[in-house]
Amino acid sequence: MKNSKLGLDCAKVAAARAAAANIAAAVQRFVERRSTVAVERTLCRLIGIDGVDANGVPLPNVVVDHLHEHGVLSQGALYYIGQSVATGRSPQQTAGAVACGELALTKLPATPNWKEALSPYIDACIERIRKNRERRENYIDTLGEGAKPYLYVIVATGNIYEDVIQAQAAARQGADVIAVIRTTGQSLLDYVPYGATTEGFGGTFATQENFRIMRKALDEVGEEVGRYIRLCNYCSGLCMPEIAAMGALEGLDVMLNDALYGILFRDINMQRTLVDQFTSRVINGFAGVIINTGEDNYLTTADAVEQAHTVLASDFINEQLALCAGLPEEQMGLGHAFEMDPELENGFLLELAQAQMTREIFPKAPLKYMPPTKFMTGNIFRGHIQDALFNMIGIWTNQGIQLLGMPTEAIHTPFMSDRYLSIENAKYIFSNMRAIGDEVEFKEGGLIRRRAAEVLDKTVELLQTIEHEGLFSALEKGIFADVKRPLEGGKGLAGVVEKGENYYNPFIERMLNTK
Amino acid sequence: MSGGLYSTSNKDFDRTLDLKHVKPYGDTMNDGKVQLSFTLPVPAGDEAMEAAKQLIQKMGMTNPQIVFMKELTEGFTFVNCYGNCTPTVDFTTIHVPKVEGTHWDMHECDDFIRTHIGRPIVVVGASTGTDAHTVGIDAIMNMKGFAGHYGLERYDMIEAHNLGSQVPNEEFIEAAKRLKADALLVSQTVTQKDVHIQNLTELVEMLEAEGMRDKVILVCGGPRITHELAKELGYDAGFGMNSYADDVASYVAQQLALR
Repeated sequence: MKNSKLGLDCAKVAAARAAAANIAAAVQRFVERRSTVAVERTLCRLIGIDGVDANGVPLPNVVVDHLHEHGVLSQGALYYIGQSVATGRSPQQTAGAVACGELALTKLPATPNWKEALSPYIDACIERIRKNRERRENYIDTLGEGAKPYLYVIVATGNIYEDVIQAQAAARQGADVIAVIRTTGQSLLDYVPYGATTEGFGGTFATQENFRIMRKALDEVGEEVGRYIRLCNYCSGLCMPEIAAMGALEGLDVMLNDALYGILFRDINMQRTLVDQFTSRVINGFAGVIINTGEDNYLTTADAVEQAHTVLASDFINEQLALCAGLPEEQMGLGHAFEMDPELENGFLLELAQAQMTREIFPKAPLKYMPPTKFMTGNIFRGHIQDALFNMIGIWTNQGIQLLGMPTEAIHTPFMSDRYLSIENAKYIFSNMRAIGDEVEFKEGGLIRRRAAEVLDKTVELLQTIEHEGLFSALEKGIFADVKRPLEGGKGLAGVVEKGENYYNPFIERMLNTK
Repeated sequence: MSGGLYSTSNKDFDRTLDLKHVKPYGDTMNDGKVQLSFTLPVPAGDEAMEAAKQLIQKMGMTNPQIVFMKELTEGFTFVNCYGNCTPTVDFTTIHVPKVEGTHWDMHECDDFIRTHIGRPIVVVGASTGTDAHTVGIDAIMNMKGFAGHYGLERYDMIEAHNLGSQVPNEEFIEAAKRLKADALLVSQTVTQKDVHIQNLTELVEMLEAEGMRDKVILVCGGPRITHELAKELGYDAGFGMNSYADDVASYVAQQLALR
């Protein structure tokens, strides 16, 4: 912000950030007193519980449901598992015994040394995640990585083995980040499916085994092309923190992880999501995972000119909530999108203003820039040009992660050749226009500067309204994105509990304090 | 050769448009020019090019030209090609089922409803099943609309309820009952492995089981939906690409007046 090319008013940026910090702090006070079934299942996974029972139910669900049915989840899963581990069973054996009905966790006598009994499992988990982070850093030091903006493409065949072929092809063509799109509807499952999967609709199930298969494939191709290839998945929906844990355990690099998206666009209960996002972000922060926030989604519904300030306001809130979870700015892939109507005169200039504004306001963040989708029509030829304009803004304003648009957006999930054309488009423009951002300045009092100032003004106003109202109440009144969500409504509320006196979760502190 | 190439006279252009034998147009009537691109799962090279040519011939084209070839990854070759199409179609006998009725703009629709129905029409819409895309239903229902066509929420005489995405069919039917819907709009964007067919069929079956099918106007829409498909699945109408709120509103209003 020192040398704003847009002449942005630093005091207004500070005011927006201060309002967002207050919004986040109030949420954090709420979050710290609560846990959820997803958080408890996450703890189960972190201490090594994995696999499914005879009916295919994941063991973390078996254990947590068992405790929830007995009405004791408020004490936390670790308290009860700890009692069992103190008698000599491993966490995995404990879960197995619960699954086959041999063990009633709530009937175990309380022992004093249950925390000590758990600590080797906790240490092992922390060490495994730390090693994964080291593995990534080591790869980046030795192999190197692509220049920013990273080229981000999706694979979405539904079959993890077919995804591998597509992903490796994309990496050879120049992709830096491979996102495996999840099967439609997974965000509303209150469990994470198990094992390698070959059937999905519009995407592939996020499972720990699928993560492992793709990680291995990308490491192979990364070594072949001499560039570290990042793996991205979706840490959202009802299993947000569990997916974060699975990603941390398997060495994923990027996670879609928005604090508000599930509430607004999936009608997930706000208490549930806000508690879940905290744990998921602590894990992502510790694992060195870049989070991507989902502000682009506002613009698929609302107008990109009228609602640009909603995007920026959400970026501020996501930033402050992420800071509460110890996630460094360098891992905040705050989102925005190129979604203006192509018929709009000077739309490119307005876009440029907004992208540059976002860059200047969040200087360290690897911003995630989303391509046109809403105005992609099936005219693949014009679509390819829309994507080219999007790529120009990406390189001009130094975005962190460029989610490449496909000419066939709105027609089908990408063919191998679609991905090739998109990567070629981006590489051409990024190379041809590499230094344009250093060379060109924006006219004082011109359209671009005025647009940025206008969006910032409206953002400050919106954030101060939400600050005054409180985020929960603002969401109830539909102040945010015109979507009204009741405090007690939506999916997943039954999985929220207030923490009891024995509640124990050492991971938060360990992850926040381990380097 | 030199004489023919630069000569501006004596060109034997085919200028005859024969609607009984229509084929593609490049720059001359009946030249049959087609451009296509595809990927073959073979390495790039002369053999890949020959394979592409033979394929194009088998597709019913002559003069195949491979103008660009690129190996996308080992063993997969992308080609851009041209050919001259030889088959023709008889345009005079083509019949495509379409949504019947007059097309009005927003004000005309409102006026029609006011005079012929005399109360606001209740329209309930959703992207149902596992489909998480709201883009289709929003384009039709949101106040702002899409591409200059206002959405149903802006119509004075339509009470529009947009339930959003991932609405299970059970919930959709519950809402229809509660809101006393005159018309139901179902949007389906994800069509991989025909998931939309399954979901659309399920809704019809459930409505029939509830005895509601005949009491509502049932409409589906989405980029891969056609009116013909919609009729086949038991819907009253289907709206595909390039349909807007006014198309849907005109249809619903006229149907309701008829009933």
